[in-house]
Amino acid sequence: MSRNIVFAVALALAVPSGTAAQDGAPTARVSIAHFAFEPAQLSVKAGTTVAWVNHDEEAHTVTAVDRSYASAGLEQEEVYTHRFAAPGTYTYFCALHPHMTATVVVR
Amino acid sequence: MSDSHFELDRRGFMQCLAWAGTGLVWAARGGVLASTTLAEAAGSADFTFAQISDTHVGFAGEANRNAAGTLADSINALNALATPPAFVLHTGDLTHGQKAGAFDTLGEALKAVRTERIFYVPGEHDVFVDGGKEYLARYGRGTVGSGWQSFDYRGVHFVGLVNVLTYKPGVGGALGAEQLDWLRKDLDAQKASTPVVVFTHVPLWAVYPAWGWTTADGEEAIGMLRRFGSATVLNGHIHQVLQKVEGQVTFHSARSTAFPQPAPGAAPAPGPMKVEADELRRVLGVREVRYTEGAAALAVVERSLA
Repeated sequence: MSRNIVFAVALALAVPSGTAAQDGAPTARVSIAHFAFEPAQLSVKAGTTVAWVNHDEEAHTVTAVDRSYASAGLEQEEVYTHRFAAPGTYTYFCALHPHMTATVVVR
Repeated sequence: MSDSHFELDRRGFMQCLAWAGTGLVWAARGGVLASTTLAEAAGSADFTFAQISDTHVGFAGEANRNAAGTLADSINALNALATPPAFVLHTGDLTHGQKAGAFDTLGEALKAVRTERIFYVPGEHDVFVDGGKEYLARYGRGTVGSGWQSFDYRGVHFVGLVNVLTYKPGVGGALGAEQLDWLRKDLDAQKASTPVVVFTHVPLWAVYPAWGWTTADGEEAIGMLRRFGSATVLNGHIHQVLQKVEGQVTFHSARSTAFPQPAPGAAPAPGPMKVEADELRRVLGVREVRYTEGAAALAVVERSLA
């Protein structure tokens, strides 16, 4: 997990939102702030790696509704990444604050 | 203002908060809250127990840079009680992020509490990583289902409920049909004259559903308590003192030892609230509960750290 976070921080610093990484893999970012995911609906191409950054002092998680992926508790400024390989609509939520829900639409 | 919702009266609520930290005892007799001084309440109790909540071991945010220190101070506050508590109830969020070692850190700290036993119910921060596996492995002994428990102590019936294992998108705290069935059988075996104390993490009643401060099926459990002459519900989760009286059922939300949260609706979102340095110790703490046989209700004494 910690390795994922370190990698994600490096990725997040190196790559502006919505552009391609050096190896050509697309990335996107979602901000977690004031108990909400922003954007609440993100549309990306298949193969995109999404990085979530928690800006709240409270811990949050990024947890797939079907639990197929889930972050640990993200402390303030911690980052979690997940690569979406296949097209589809993926709904996720915060396992600590389940009124926080959002979706990633993969084209 | 209906009598079952008088706590939502802003002025009454503020008075509650103002008095809770000044050494007054809230005692509810016949469903009516009344205050008395500590000295009046002290001598006559048959036994006392204590509640500690939301220790959030691992929290390191701006709202409290020394949560380990305020936990130690809270333990000192328990040990400073004139009558040592017969036992202590921990009403959940033992840890902040369920990180490796956090339960051990808490266990080590709580060894210093001078009491016979500590009973636990989990908060969502204790179970969100693994659905409660580690929590139940450590604290599940002697419980049934997924951590539910009941016991009797000197004529009072205590019930610990778990309302944090049901979290799914859009739905926070809930008890579930299986636990409600168990609770119904457990309470059916009790006489209406037996005082009942329920302890759980998330408030059973709808304190503020927009922030997840409610138990979806809590009303079913509350309904089962109404036939008792005295029922007291103790919870954590919202990190502030809040009382409500509904007939013979009284509800008391406890402070955290780690950080305060805003009053319901007083901020855009819940979560750790930064207060002035000299204010912090007034909004953290533990509580003492006194039981006197024949009294209509238990006396709840808030013990802030300052």
